[in-house]
Amino acid sequence: MLAYVARRLLVAVPTILLLVVASFFLMHTAPGGPFTSERPLPPAVLANIQAQYGLDQPLWKQLWDYLYNIVVHFDFGPSFVQKDRSVNDIIAHGFPISLTYGSLSFLAASVVGIALGIAAAIRHNTWIDYIAVSLGIAAQALPNFIMGPILILTFTLWLGILPGGGWNGGQWQYLIMPVIALSTSYMGNIARITRSSMLEIMNSNFIRTARAKGLPTRAIIWRHAMKPTLLPVVSYLGPVFVYVLTGSVFVDMYFSTGGLGASYVSSALTRDYAVLLGVTILYGALTVIVNLLTDLAYAWFDPKIRY
Amino acid sequence: MKPITKLAIAALLSGTALSGVQAATHPETGQELAADQTFTYRLLDDVSSFDPQIVEDVDGANVVRDLFEGLMNQDEDGNLVPGVATGYELSDDKMTYTFTLRDNAVWSNGDPVVAGDFVFGWRRAADPATASPYQWFVELMSIENASEVIAGDLAPEELGVSAPDDHTLVVKLTTPLPYFPQMTTHSTTFPAPQKVIEEFGAEWTKPENIVSNGAYVLTEYKPGERIVRERNETYWDNENTILDKTVGLIINDENVALTRYLAGELDRTDVPAGQYPRLKEEYPDEAISFPRLCNYYYTFNLSDSGPEAFKDPMVRKALSLAVDRKIITENVMAGGQPEAYSFTPEAVAGFTPPSSDMVNMTQAERDAKAKELLAEAGYGADNPLSFEMVYNTSEAHEKVAVVLSQMWKQKLGVEATLANMEWKVFLEERGNQNFDLARGAWCGDYNEASTFLDLITTPSGYNDGKFSNAEYDQLITDAKTAEDTTPLYTRAEEIIAEETPVIPIYHYAGVYMMDSDVGNWPVDNVEQNWYSKNLYKLAE
Amino acid sequence: MFGKSEKAAELAADITDFNAIRGRSLFRDAMDRFLRNKAAMASVVVLALIIAFVVFGPLFAQYSNEEIDWTRMGDIKGMGAPSLETGHYFGLDELGRDLFARTIQATQTSLLVGLIGAGMALIVGTAWGVIAGYYGGRLDSFMMRFVDIMLAIPLTLVLILILVIAGRSFVTLFVALGAVSWLTMSRIVRGQTLTLKTREFIEAARAGGVSETGIIFRHILPNLIGVVIVYASLLVPEMILAESFISFLGLGISEPMTSLGRLIAEGAGTMNYGTLWQLLFPLFFYVTIIITMFFIGDGLRDALDPKDR
Repeated sequence: MLAYVARRLLVAVPTILLLVVASFFLMHTAPGGPFTSERPLPPAVLANIQAQYGLDQPLWKQLWDYLYNIVVHFDFGPSFVQKDRSVNDIIAHGFPISLTYGSLSFLAASVVGIALGIAAAIRHNTWIDYIAVSLGIAAQALPNFIMGPILILTFTLWLGILPGGGWNGGQWQYLIMPVIALSTSYMGNIARITRSSMLEIMNSNFIRTARAKGLPTRAIIWRHAMKPTLLPVVSYLGPVFVYVLTGSVFVDMYFSTGGLGASYVSSALTRDYAVLLGVTILYGALTVIVNLLTDLAYAWFDPKIRY
Repeated sequence: MKPITKLAIAALLSGTALSGVQAATHPETGQELAADQTFTYRLLDDVSSFDPQIVEDVDGANVVRDLFEGLMNQDEDGNLVPGVATGYELSDDKMTYTFTLRDNAVWSNGDPVVAGDFVFGWRRAADPATASPYQWFVELMSIENASEVIAGDLAPEELGVSAPDDHTLVVKLTTPLPYFPQMTTHSTTFPAPQKVIEEFGAEWTKPENIVSNGAYVLTEYKPGERIVRERNETYWDNENTILDKTVGLIINDENVALTRYLAGELDRTDVPAGQYPRLKEEYPDEAISFPRLCNYYYTFNLSDSGPEAFKDPMVRKALSLAVDRKIITENVMAGGQPEAYSFTPEAVAGFTPPSSDMVNMTQAERDAKAKELLAEAGYGADNPLSFEMVYNTSEAHEKVAVVLSQMWKQKLGVEATLANMEWKVFLEERGNQNFDLARGAWCGDYNEASTFLDLITTPSGYNDGKFSNAEYDQLITDAKTAEDTTPLYTRAEEIIAEETPVIPIYHYAGVYMMDSDVGNWPVDNVEQNWYSKNLYKLAE
Repeated sequence: MFGKSEKAAELAADITDFNAIRGRSLFRDAMDRFLRNKAAMASVVVLALIIAFVVFGPLFAQYSNEEIDWTRMGDIKGMGAPSLETGHYFGLDELGRDLFARTIQATQTSLLVGLIGAGMALIVGTAWGVIAGYYGGRLDSFMMRFVDIMLAIPLTLVLILILVIAGRSFVTLFVALGAVSWLTMSRIVRGQTLTLKTREFIEAARAGGVSETGIIFRHILPNLIGVVIVYASLLVPEMILAESFISFLGLGISEPMTSLGRLIAEGAGTMNYGTLWQLLFPLFFYVTIIITMFFIGDGLRDALDPKDR
């Protein structure tokens, strides 16, 4: 087990390194740079600025300096666009925010989704099942970005009970809409997966045996059916967790939460190389770690798997 | 701290205390003021910086203008009024300006604002090590040795600005520049607190470190969320400042911003294109529109890489004639934008657009003329004109582009393919003459026609269409030193109308939803340089 | 996220076992089972109707998808509502263009994006997986290590990068979507190939002197079809969802072309301005396509899954 974790983490290092190198060169092939602007800068000014940010160096040297600073000083460099802030600042500010509403959305989606799925499976082919299934499908089929304006119109303009955006240190009023908007589509998918997995398990031989022994349904579900039911759900949840964090651009844009999602997209559009790379590394590392955790969780749920 | 400043502060503090407690009335108009003097407005995005020498975006400059104060300020109409300087003298050769600084100006840490702070700030702006994107502004101000300092050939200390004593600032120019005093309202020329910058380095603009000399201090900055600036009790004119707090909320989506405005969370927001008429009807006191100092146009690529067809002025003219500007201003933008038949906006001070033949025709006549010209140029049903038009991704630009292409298609049978590009790609392609027809827009740096007309001179760095006309260039050069520029600018616009290197579409308007309890918004300042200290909130 | 659905992977093994035992007759059985699945069949009918709408709708459209109705564009809210009289069955968009024609064109784009995106994933993923699995050895470990690394990259980010760099066009969009969605497909296919490779009938074919490529094309690929189809059908809605997200970011295809995602993003922005039809019509088609694809995908999976539920 430990050896397995160590091996996975060891592979992670070259993976992330490769990711950095690839993103670095990809980024530099995109037309325009951080200092391309509507009003073209006079050559002397442009030269000064590029020298200041080290962009006058050959690419390999820029990459080397960048990596060197990260490894030796844990310094991801200054932002080229938000001139008062460093990449460390931006991540330190934005990541906790993304992490907060991301985790809450993840939690909400898992708990509600799994509950909905189990309810539907246990009451298979009853109205509970139908409602749960329709809810799940509707939630999943709506593009999640239209949730933003709908929620703000409803809760802020018409009902006037929630602030229309902002973060305010993560007070609950400010969290409700981002969490609802972000969790709905995953909730639907989780409910669907849970339902079909549970149905399959309940029809399997070992459950039939348990029933034959006369165990009460509740005990069967909790003691025997739960773990295997959640197996496919867990493997779905891993990528969802990463996606909830990276795919939260629209939450930041609609709800002014100040999270990292918007920073990533705008850094790609403004060619803020340092921020783009910094966030890519962060999300890359996160993906690697979450994938590892998912696999470990998988082992816990399925005793047949041994690492 | 000198005794005099201490006294001043005490006086100012008592002044605020008074205005804070009572249900105050406005000292001049006598209107009743609201108890909560907070102005909240929408910001599109994070600002580029709070550092006066570094900031480069308009929203950022608005914030910095509240935090710092330069030599001169603008009033509600855009006229110059004293700032830190009480006035200035111009030498006989018109090349040396001597500013006298007030003695009661203080930094928010209590230090007096001295001429040396300006010298430091200006040198800092020109210093290559600062890497300010506005270094060119120092060059534009024609300050002695500016170009050499920027190029790194001379030390920043050689810049033609000096402080003989704490309250005198002397600036030496290389050439007479009539609008030089106007330029001292620009954030690049604001003073900078040397001690603080040296102590904190890049961190000096953080709310906990920043020291400023304007009417407000930065108290909170939550990136992607909000920027808060609050009354600076040490400001010399604090007594006459009514507004206590200005909050900028960062909201990327303009429709969401409008929703939040309607929910009462904002005092000011931008009106999405096309929504103004409806809002004006529903909220007549709140929807406002006023002309701004910006133009919106399409530029032909006249360089070698441009299409052959555009080399013919008749083709260019035909395309311009067929654009029904009324439809674009009334049905697409619908925000009170003036239709554009000249390159320079009518709102520019002292500029009267020449009356060209196009202005006087009806649209039907223009369309007929356009068909005629295009046929004459050899394009018609058997030989249709086709080209690509590029614009950067944005809902409003897209609407205009779609409408233009449809006008040309339906009236002239011209096939204009639309290509939207992401902003940086667009700039790169346009800058490298990699286009047929491209969108362009410009907001004046100062309130004078040359800020626009300069753009399409042969040497201009912004002349992406590579229009080149010797007479035009000469006119603009002459205008720099001419006593009466009107005939020159009129002739220049006539050349633009004849040659049609660009198709002016409309001139910008500021279109806002503004809460009716916001007092004194400077609608007549076409540059929209607003100062929170001039605003106030009325009691509902 | 894109193309990381685990559903297919989970039942892949079952399908192969089944193949091996019962051979090709699986497909007739599966077909029967699929035809008996009411939800899936209803979805097929609805989807067919939508495709018919896309194909025949233009015959009824009174306007093209780019033509502006100049007389009505000044007052969309008042004069642009859906109406049989004006010929604008679905009303007008913000610029006075016929939403009926635009919805048809958008539906077409979204379906194409779904099908071609999933198709690209299918081709690349299958080729990659079969080659890695069949030839094995160092090539296999190299190819699969590459997939592992790619899977560790947040794919939304890659998608944005590709679109920013390559500019926008139909081709870029398909390439970008395809590029991020083939990874899981290749893993599943490789797993299947590894199992198939050791089966007796492959041994027999090899002993009978069939060439390597012959084995791959005549014996391996036909046996992979089941799992590949199931997985691809699950990818289609994912591709459509991904395209709508790209449109939301403003990186989608260029005007006058449009997609359902774009129309929805536009309609969502203006939904409080009294022109709700601009959101509802495209949203209806979008949601319907996604839901039918879900059911068809589920139906296919159930049909190909030997464990009868």
